[in-house]
Amino acid sequence: MSKFRKGSKKEMPTISTASLPDIVFMLLFFFMVSTTIRQTTKLVQNDLPGATEVKKLEKKSLVSYIYIGKPIPRMQKTFGTEPRIQLNDQFAKVSDIRDYIITEREELDESEKPLMSTSLKIDEETKMGIVTDVKQALRKASALKITYSAREVERRELLN
Amino acid sequence: MARKVPEINGGPMADIAFLLLIFFLVATTMDIDTGITRKLPPLPEDQPERKDDPKIKERNVFEVLINSSDRLLVEGEPMNISELREATKEFIANPYDKEDLPEKENKEVRYFGEVPVTKGIISLQNDRGTSYGMYIKVQNELTAAYQELRDQKAMRKFGKKYGELEKERQEAIQKIYPQKISEAEPKNIGGN
Repeated sequence: MSKFRKGSKKEMPTISTASLPDIVFMLLFFFMVSTTIRQTTKLVQNDLPGATEVKKLEKKSLVSYIYIGKPIPRMQKTFGTEPRIQLNDQFAKVSDIRDYIITEREELDESEKPLMSTSLKIDEETKMGIVTDVKQALRKASALKITYSAREVERRELLN
Repeated sequence: MARKVPEINGGPMADIAFLLLIFFLVATTMDIDTGITRKLPPLPEDQPERKDDPKIKERNVFEVLINSSDRLLVEGEPMNISELREATKEFIANPYDKEDLPEKENKEVRYFGEVPVTKGIISLQNDRGTSYGMYIKVQNELTAAYQELRDQKAMRKFGKKYGELEKERQEAIQKIYPQKISEAEPKNIGGN
């Protein structure tokens, strides 16, 4: 009996929280690793147009991106101010799109191929000429599902 | 003599880790991509030429042109972008069965039974000089017109918005208001 009485000196032994950081760090690393998104450094100016009827893009791994816009100021000395196409990390020509789509498609599983889509991130001020060319190239590569990337805005804002 | 080193309090470490964790959680979900989805038509060569392709009557086509200075020409009349949505809705729904608006065809649709479905097609044409911003605005208004009509229908029948319905019901409504926006083969339609 006296054995038990010794320990109960009113104070409860504090639970060691030393392992809590370990658990949290594990979670942290998990999120850091699993959410690595392929970040491309933008070489073109990319102010997306606003729209009200936007949908969220699902399954990022099935989406390939095409950026179009004026080269960023740093690049304007070499590449001029005409809108250009950017695929991955470099400038490209319309004729490169086909190869780009094919490589992107090869990376996917057979079952995922029909679900593949292309997101067009195009600067507001671009003229439709280059956009039409890109769309024709996509049709040739039979990448028919496309998304015109846009910011979600209020209708009032849009019509001003 | 072995002195006891006072233990460092590890409590705040958890706080730091949590802070980092929350930062990553927030920062990685910021980049949600949104946009207007469209399906491009396959190249003409891919499709076998259909001989019995019925000529689409003029009343069934809603022509939207955008010129190089971002002006709209709808069915031969200049129009402001703010009026486009209503005009499109009237064209698709044709509520009073007008002669110059599209024909309707009765079709069997699940949940609804026999419904008149419009034969209307929207034809969108733009110039190479049209700005992309304007093009998206027009696409947005056209999509919005369809969306509003679908919402209306869904509200009346199921008491919910179109987006909140189950897939099968959405499909039924899609059949009543099929989204037909055709983009012509690229060409220069005047302007500089």
